[in-house]
Amino acid sequence: MRIGLFATCLGDTLFPEAVKSTAVLLARLGHEVVFPPEQTCCGQMHVNTGYQREPVPLVRNFAEQFGDPSIDAVVMPSGSCAGSVRHQHEIVAERYGDAALRAGVATVKTKTYELSEFLVDVLDVTEVGAYFPHRVTYHPTCHSLRMLRVGEKPLKLLRAVDAIDLVELPEADSCCGFGGTFAVKNAETSTAMLQDKMRNIATTEAAVCTAGDSSCLMHIGGGLSRIKSGTRTLHLAQILSSTRTSPYVLTEAVR
Amino acid sequence: MSSTFLGMPATPPRSPYGTGNLRGDRKFPAAAHDELRNEQLRRNLGKATHTIRAKRLNVTGELPDWEQLRDAGSAIKTDTMNRLPELLEQLEQQVTERGGTVHWARDGVEANEIVTRLVRATGSTEVIKVKSMATQEIGLNEHLESAGITPYETDLAELIVQLAHDKPSHILVPAIHRNRDEIRQIFLKEIPGVDPRLDNVPAHLAAAARAYLREKFMTTKVAVSGANFGIAETGTLSVVESEGNGRMCLTLPDTLITVMGIEKVLPRYQDLEVFLQLLPRSSTGERMNPYTSMWTGVTPGDGPQDFHLVLLDNGRTAALADRIGREALNCIRCSACLNVCPVYERAGGHAYGSTYPGPIGAVLTPQLAGMHAAKDDPNSSLPYASSLCGACFDACPVKIDIPSLLVELRHQHTEESGTTAEKLAMKAAAGVMKRPKLFTAAQKAAELGRVLGGRDGKISHLPPPFNGWSDSRDTAAPPKQSFRSWLASDEGAATMRAAADEYDRNQQEEEK
Ligand code: SF4
Repeated sequence: MRIGLFATCLGDTLFPEAVKSTAVLLARLGHEVVFPPEQTCCGQMHVNTGYQREPVPLVRNFAEQFGDPSIDAVVMPSGSCAGSVRHQHEIVAERYGDAALRAGVATVKTKTYELSEFLVDVLDVTEVGAYFPHRVTYHPTCHSLRMLRVGEKPLKLLRAVDAIDLVELPEADSCCGFGGTFAVKNAETSTAMLQDKMRNIATTEAAVCTAGDSSCLMHIGGGLSRIKSGTRTLHLAQILSSTRTSPYVLTEAVR
Repeated sequence: MSSTFLGMPATPPRSPYGTGNLRGDRKFPAAAHDELRNEQLRRNLGKATHTIRAKRLNVTGELPDWEQLRDAGSAIKTDTMNRLPELLEQLEQQVTERGGTVHWARDGVEANEIVTRLVRATGSTEVIKVKSMATQEIGLNEHLESAGITPYETDLAELIVQLAHDKPSHILVPAIHRNRDEIRQIFLKEIPGVDPRLDNVPAHLAAAARAYLREKFMTTKVAVSGANFGIAETGTLSVVESEGNGRMCLTLPDTLITVMGIEKVLPRYQDLEVFLQLLPRSSTGERMNPYTSMWTGVTPGDGPQDFHLVLLDNGRTAALADRIGREALNCIRCSACLNVCPVYERAGGHAYGSTYPGPIGAVLTPQLAGMHAAKDDPNSSLPYASSLCGACFDACPVKIDIPSLLVELRHQHTEESGTTAEKLAMKAAAGVMKRPKLFTAAQKAAELGRVLGGRDGKISHLPPPFNGWSDSRDTAAPPKQSFRSWLASDEGAATMRAAADEYDRNQQEEEK
C-alpha cells in the first residue's frame, strides 16, 4: 500500500520519535510511506477552542496534501487528529468552505486512520514483530476510545508484543484531563483529573504508560515527571517498532 | 442610515432568554477553584458518582435492546422538537377538556406570578412541593416566600437542601454533596421538635424527615409539582420518583399546580414505553423506579379537584431556534451525563452556577439564558468546562452529542466575542501553519527553544496563560530535530531504507 503519513504538528515538532517509529513500523510491514512535505496541522486545536474560520486554510491544506488518489490511506499516530479529520473537517467545510473544499474533505475523510485501527482493521495484523521486555500499562485516550471507537485494537497489538508484561490500568477509560486548551483554561480541574490518573498508573507499577496520542502523553508524562514518578510515557508506536534486533532502550530521564 | 426598503426579509425577533437561577456570579474556573479545595465534597462526589456509574452500567448492559431504546428515545424527542407548537396546543386542548386549566408562561417572572396568584386564590399560605427542576430554575420558592407563602420541599434530598439554605448540586440527587453526618447536623438544627438523640443511621434520618413531612402532607391544601412527561395525545402528566412523597403531593391536596418546561411534552401515550425504561435505568440505575404517578385532568371525587398546568418557556424557544443547539432540549434530566463526567466529579454542581449542572448544564444553561460574550458573562465560561472526553455522549439515553454541542457553543462564543488576544493568537497560529515554509521556520525556532529547558531538558515554569499548566506539569524542551528534518536527513533516509530492506529479507526467508 502507498501510505500518506501525517506527522501531526505536535508529533512533527515536539514528539518526532513517535512519528519516526510509525514510519519505520509501516515500512517494515512492507508499505511505501510517503510524507507530503507541505503538510502542517489538522486544525483540531482551533476547532475545539471554538474557532472555525481560522482553520479553513489548514483543512484545505490537509485535503490537498493527502487528496492525491495514489495515496491509498492516510495514517497518523494520533486518535484525536484522526477524529478531527473524520468529524470536524466536514463541519468547518460545510460552514465556511466552498464546494471544492467540501468534496476534498469528503474524499480524504474516508481513507484516514489512526495507527492502531489501520494496523488491525485495514492491514489485518496484530503481530507486528515487536519486542519490549518491560511492564507496560495502556491508557486509552478519549478520542480513540469514544470518537474513533478503536476499542480493543491497541490492546490486541500490545498483547502480541514479545516479552511484554502488560498490566491493566484501573479506571482506564476516565479522561486524563488534557482536553487541549482545557488544561490551560481550567488548569485546576484538569490537574485534579490528572492526579487521579497518575494515582491509578502508580498502582500498576509499570515502567511505561503508553497511549496512541502524543498530546495526552505529553500531559500525563508532564505530570509524572513533576512528581518524579518511576513510570514514564511512551507512544504506542514506539513499543510496536521496538524489535529484538533494535530494541527500544528505556531510559529514565527523557520524558 | 438610509431607511430605504431593500426587499430583504427582516430577521424575526429573537425569542427572549430565560430568567431565574440560570447564571452563577462567577466564571467556572473561579468557582471550581474553591470547590476543588473542599475535600469533603470531592470525597462525597467521587463515592456517589462511582457507585451510581456501576449500577447504571449493570442495568443498561443487561438489556439486549438498550441501543435500540436509545435510538427510539432520540427519534421521539427529535420529532417532538420538530413539531413542538402543535403538540403543545394538543396538550392544552386535552388537559382543558379533562377539567384542567392551562397557563402559558413566557419566562420565570410570569410563571412565578401565575403560581403565586393561583395559591393566593386558594387562601392557603403554605404549599408542599415535589421535586421540580423547573421551579428551581425560575426561583419559585424565593418568590413564594416574598409573597408570604411558605413552600415545603418534600423530596428527601430537596428537603435537606432547603433546610440547609443550600442550593442543589445535582439534578437527581440534589444533596449529593452532603454526607450523612452533615445531614444529621442539618436536621438537628432545622427540624422543629426533632429528637436531639438523632444519630447518623440513614434509616433514622429518613424517619426524622418522614415524621416532619407527614404532618405537612396531612395539613397542606395546595401542592406544586414538576412533570417528567406530558402526553399531548391524552393530556396525561407524569412524575417519576423513588420515595412516594411525590405521590402524596400529587394526590392529597385539593389544588395541584404543575409547572412543566415546554420541552417535556411527548406525542403519544405509547411513547412512555420507551422513556419509562430509559429514565430509571439511566438515572438511579434501577430497572424501574418505585413510583410512577400519572394523572389526567381532574377526576371527580378522587385526588385534587383543581388542577393547573403552567407551561414554561423561559428561553426554550430561543434554544429551539438554534438548528444545532436545539438537540439539548431532548434532555430528559436523567443525570447520567453528570454521573460519568470527570469534570463534574471533581468540581461539583455548584461550580456551574445554574440549576442545571454538569455536561448538559454546560450546553443548556447558555442556551436558555444566553452567554453575553462582550459582558464577560459567567455563562460564557460553561462551554469550556469540559475536556470533551465524550463520556456524556456515551451515557446519554437520548444520545445527545454533548461534546459537539459544546464545540458549537464555543464557536458561537468566539464569533460573538469580537477581537480578543486568543483570537489573534489563533489567527497567527493558523497563519503560520497554513504556510508550510513558515511552519518549518517556526519549527527551527522551536528547536532553538531547547534553551528554555533546564539541564534535564524540562521546562517547569511557563508565563500566563500557561502558568496553570506548568503548575503541575513539566514540559519537555523541543527536540534537536523535527520529524521532517530527520526524514530529509541522511540518517532518516537510511533508517527508512533499512526498514524496507528488513521487510524484503523477511519475505525472502519466508519463501525459502
Ligand atoms: S443530557 Fe442525556 S444524560 Fe444528560 S441528563 Fe439529559 S438525558 Fe440524561
